[in-house]
Amino acid sequence: MRAPELLFNRSIPLPRWVFFIVALPAITACSDQPWNSPYPPDQAGQNILYSSFAARPNHLDPARSYSSNEVVFTGQIYEPPLQYHFLKRPYQLDPLTVTQMPEAYYLDEAGQRLPDDAAVDEIAYSVYDIVIQQGIRYQPHPAFATDGQGRYIYHALREQDLEAVNALSDFSATGSRELIAADYVYQVKRLAHPRLNSPIFGLMSEYIVGLKEYAATLEQALEKKSTDTWRLNLADYPLAGAEVLDRYRYRIKVRGKYPQFLYWLAMPFFAPLPWEADVFYSQPGMKERNITLDWYPVGTGPYMLTVNNPNRQMVLERNPNFRGEAYPREGERGDEQAGFLADAGRQMPFIDKVVYSLEKEAIPTWNKFLQGYYDVSGVSSDSFDQAIQIGSGGDIALTPEMQKKGIHLSTAVSTSIFYMGFNMLDPVVGGDSERARLLRRALSIAMDYEEYISIFRNGRGISAQSPLPPGIFGYVEGREGVNPFVYDWSAQGPKRKPIEEARKLLARAGYPDGRDVESGKPLVLYFDTTGGTPDSSAQQNWLRKQFAKLDIQLQIRNTDYNRFQDKMLKGTAQIFQWGWNADYPDPENFLFLLYGKNGKVDHNGENASNYRNAEYDRLFEQMKNMRNGPQRQAVIDRMVDILRQDAPWIFGFHPKDFVLYHDWYYNAKPNLMANNTLKYKRIDPQLRERKREDWNRPVVWPLVLILLVLVVSVIPAWVGYRRHENRRARVMDS
Amino acid sequence: MFAYIVRRALYAIPILIGVNLLTFVLFFVVNTPDDVARMHLGMKRVTPEAIEKWKEEHGYSRPLLYNREASGAGKLTDTIFFAKSVRLFVFDFGSSDAGRDIGEDISQRMWPSLAIALPTLLIGLLVNISFSMLLAFFRGTYLDLSGVMLCVVLMSISGLFYIIGGQYLFSKLLHLVPVSGYEPGMQAWRFVLLPVAIGVFSGIGASSRWYRTIFLEEINRDYVRTARAKGLPEVRLLFRHVLKNAMVPILTGIVVVLPLLFMGSLIMESFFGIPGLGSYTIEAIQTQDFAIVRAMVFLGSVLYILGLLLTDISYTLVDPRIRLS
Repeated sequence: MRAPELLFNRSIPLPRWVFFIVALPAITACSDQPWNSPYPPDQAGQNILYSSFAARPNHLDPARSYSSNEVVFTGQIYEPPLQYHFLKRPYQLDPLTVTQMPEAYYLDEAGQRLPDDAAVDEIAYSVYDIVIQQGIRYQPHPAFATDGQGRYIYHALREQDLEAVNALSDFSATGSRELIAADYVYQVKRLAHPRLNSPIFGLMSEYIVGLKEYAATLEQALEKKSTDTWRLNLADYPLAGAEVLDRYRYRIKVRGKYPQFLYWLAMPFFAPLPWEADVFYSQPGMKERNITLDWYPVGTGPYMLTVNNPNRQMVLERNPNFRGEAYPREGERGDEQAGFLADAGRQMPFIDKVVYSLEKEAIPTWNKFLQGYYDVSGVSSDSFDQAIQIGSGGDIALTPEMQKKGIHLSTAVSTSIFYMGFNMLDPVVGGDSERARLLRRALSIAMDYEEYISIFRNGRGISAQSPLPPGIFGYVEGREGVNPFVYDWSAQGPKRKPIEEARKLLARAGYPDGRDVESGKPLVLYFDTTGGTPDSSAQQNWLRKQFAKLDIQLQIRNTDYNRFQDKMLKGTAQIFQWGWNADYPDPENFLFLLYGKNGKVDHNGENASNYRNAEYDRLFEQMKNMRNGPQRQAVIDRMVDILRQDAPWIFGFHPKDFVLYHDWYYNAKPNLMANNTLKYKRIDPQLRERKREDWNRPVVWPLVLILLVLVVSVIPAWVGYRRHENRRARVMDS
Repeated sequence: MFAYIVRRALYAIPILIGVNLLTFVLFFVVNTPDDVARMHLGMKRVTPEAIEKWKEEHGYSRPLLYNREASGAGKLTDTIFFAKSVRLFVFDFGSSDAGRDIGEDISQRMWPSLAIALPTLLIGLLVNISFSMLLAFFRGTYLDLSGVMLCVVLMSISGLFYIIGGQYLFSKLLHLVPVSGYEPGMQAWRFVLLPVAIGVFSGIGASSRWYRTIFLEEINRDYVRTARAKGLPEVRLLFRHVLKNAMVPILTGIVVVLPLLFMGSLIMESFFGIPGLGSYTIEAIQTQDFAIVRAMVFLGSVLYILGLLLTDISYTLVDPRIRLS
């Protein structure tokens, strides 16, 4: 009887404890926002876009940045001369900071001007005179800060000046100045700087006149320098291929005819860089504090990076000096109905701030999207079934759960290709012999990529008929675009040829039933790959099954990526799988992957198959300089025919991007070439706030229940303890 | 004791050299300097010249361990191993291969790691000792049996299950705490609450069983029987006498991990988006940043040695019979 009493008496404060624990989040948060909100209360209802990043960007210096996770930031901060039209398709270049689209004029070897229709062989140089708009200003930055006399405040810092400095924001004064043509030329020169290792230096040194020699000049200059810093005043070193004409005009001179050069002018590599930034960042003590151009970019774009903590969060905020830009008034057919022209003519950017949080795992990222804490999300394999349902006819739709939340789906075939390549230097699958060609074509039929897309990519992709993805000039739709060596045309579209066809080709190649007719030995092929995860194991089993359809044994040679790269460089791999993502929307950027002079083994190029065909190479050289039109299409068609016949690749698939977004997010039209699309996006923060509150109401009763269960489970122990303590000592009879 | 500490510090030097050498060999067995350069320069349009330049700039152009072309001591010192290792011994971690100052990164990232690890350790200690005391108190009863069974069940479940299950239940279903993320300062508690709770809960099984064993061994000793015969209340007996005498093995387990709390939890930080040193190390391994990997392994080794030393010292504090010599 005593124990329950005690328990009752002692348990009086219990409800207070329960109340305290349950109410703790609310008390401390001191706000009306949901308890599970990962954002500070003062951000509620603000015009802020929330996104995530999985890997911290390595480089934000426009001369070095190339990865897709880096251009997410650099694309919004730096402004190259050109940009892609946000809405129009096929992709079209438009002026960004220039007054009009630059037109090349041509010179012969003697420097004499040639007519616009001059033969390619006659053209020694293409010259681009670029005129930039006046009045464009840089973001506020300490590199531009000056005192009353116009002297730079932070260009001669001593170690003691930096004692209290840990981040760029610790510099109290900032300044700005107008963008001038010299800044663009400065950046072109930086591409050759020996310490910057620009990834496009190798390519550009083949085109921009004098760039290769310029790198050697800078190297010599650096060797002569007595100090540790590798900053050079690039204005002291003229570059023949890039010169300033006046305050707003500059000239770039490239070798030969290279029409694709304009696409490069839409990338951050050719964005302007003020010399003041180089001076500021190269001062002693800056690098030790992680204050470098690689981490704190300086641009003229609509956004500036205000928080760069790649360990946790990166924040872009509206650049107060941005000149403003009108949302496009024209698009392609259907854009108006889709609402993509609702903001036509309005000044951009629409969003004030973008917060990118580090998210290493897919599950938390997905859950936060569903709770409304991220505005846009991709669809991972883990969440695919929860988000997407595929009908019996292959039609793709959102699940009722997603529809109920007002989530929208946007899909687009990406300008990429994943292919299975044959090493043409290999004695079995490679070479120009009819035997090897037939073997490759038989395997092309056997590899059922439609099944692969269905099993491993949840239907997110289309099988490739050539190296060219949809959206790139040269891609042919419908019956005419089908690879006749692998597919037949049916009423439903392309249909893979029956496996018997492949068996016949294999027999003609001298491997009936998968055995070498000369030696009688079974045909064993080797697939070099990087893998080792459970997912890759399933894919490899599937691959073996495809080859087994032809009674061919497939040996998988698993290795890490470094070893794999090494094998590819040495040409010791036999069959491999690889991919390519377009740099720019031109067929040259895909067809060069099979150009002989780009062979991986001989030239360390991107032709991983080491394919070489004299006619193909000749046509490639012709095609790359042509304007889009029927003549170019005819050349491309012939090149594609050669590839289909020789089959150096099994044209795998073009992936399809699935993007989910909430109904408070506008202008979500996918643009796979542009990297500066943030300025076009708009959100409705009030709607988001309402939905977040609605979706994230705290459910407290299970917590109370858990606490009650815990308390109840303590009762027997308490009772036992009291009994034990109150037990009288028993006197044992001796 | 001072002489003992100095001697242990001197012993630590060859251990650290060995650990450093082992890390170096293991890392470069898998990756050549060319691989590291290629990884940092990206996948597209990387020329051999760019790789050579990168290696030159980042100190990877020398031979790995032995320089045949150098003369005298240079054969050993003009190598990647020497150049990358020697500064570690004065705790100068230098720059990561991506160009960031490692010391600065460590100083920023150790706080989020501590924000999770320290409360997890302290609350866990309190919960586990109390629970195991309870089991020891009710030894041989159904309560003890159920408690042990519960411990075995808790031990058998993967740590990842606790994390994903905890996120699903408390963040996704009940909307009580954020799924992941981190804010420094006063707001940090909202983000560490769930990881700490999961850390404590997932550790109950193994720790409580171990502590229970220690307490049971202690509880059968003569002094306990004497105290009980003198009428000492059981709670006081357990917490004042048994716990004190059981401290030596408990301390062995705790003090040794104290310095390692800085290093963070690899999986927990990754799933909860905590920008600590655990996720820093994982990232470095994924991006093949040798500079960070060697710095973190070195730091971990130093802290582990420090932990062992502290354990030895703490023995003398809890058991006056122990003398360090």
